[in-house]
Amino acid sequence: MNIDWAHFTPITSLAGGIILGVASAIFILVNGRILGISGILGGLLPPKRGDTFWRVAFLLGFAAAPMVFHAVVPAQYITAPRIDATEMMVVIAGLLVGIGTRYASGCTSGHGVCGLSRLSPRSLVATLSFMGTGFAMVYVMRHLAII
Amino acid sequence: MIQKNHIHHVVEFIVGLMFGVGLMLSGMTDPSKVIGFLDLFGNWDPSLALVMGGAIMVGVVAFTVAKKRTTTFLGGVLRFPTNTDIDKKLVIGSLMFGAGWGLAGFCPGPALVSMADGQPKALVFVLAMLAGMLGFELMDRFVHAPRKAKLNAA
Repeated sequence: MNIDWAHFTPITSLAGGIILGVASAIFILVNGRILGISGILGGLLPPKRGDTFWRVAFLLGFAAAPMVFHAVVPAQYITAPRIDATEMMVVIAGLLVGIGTRYASGCTSGHGVCGLSRLSPRSLVATLSFMGTGFAMVYVMRHLAII
Repeated sequence: MIQKNHIHHVVEFIVGLMFGVGLMLSGMTDPSKVIGFLDLFGNWDPSLALVMGGAIMVGVVAFTVAKKRTTTFLGGVLRFPTNTDIDKKLVIGSLMFGAGWGLAGFCPGPALVSMADGQPKALVFVLAMLAGMLGFELMDRFVHAPRKAKLNAA
């Protein structure tokens, strides 16, 4: 293993992570809900009576985030995202993520952050599983050059 | 009069906003950074371990407090997940999710925020993800549920 110090961003990543934790904390302690993006979004397909507005309110806040981020965060902390995957790869990835997260009832936020925080064995298994195939997929793409 | 419902909706919006800003600040919305983290055997960027670490550090405290309570701070219901099954669905779904995550570098939250930030490929990803989620719903309703009903009847 070789550490990529040039791209390592300990301060912004830790600060960002703490914000994610605080948001999850407020959501469970004030609203009594688990903050899981795939569940919040997937619950709208199809929308159910009495179980829609809270999801929409959350997603509206989410949609406003880039605007607020660019207004508040100084430019030196912002790096333009780079997406190396081709359109075809992006479509396949999207399908896998969509089916997989619903099948597993959670993604990086619901299982990874909230699940691990509440020490759920189920979420630990989910997180180890998706991290495992995540590492494996990148290994295959970068070092075996199959894809 | 301000109702509890209204407070909840304001909280939902603010929490969504915070979560989106947190994702952008952390680097999770940059697929090349996510893949740099998943590239454990190459030039490894450990940043995202700090994202998870920072979030869980706060989360553990919050959930410890939540578990000791019977209601939320507003006196509402605490909706903890009730499913504790470690089954095929959980593992296969997570393995699929991880493969997709590694392939493009997007997971659901960052993809949505990047779409809102105007990234065309994030839009493509989100459309495919919604198609996948809808596909799962249809499978669940028309294939899994009837099969289960048949098994129960037999």
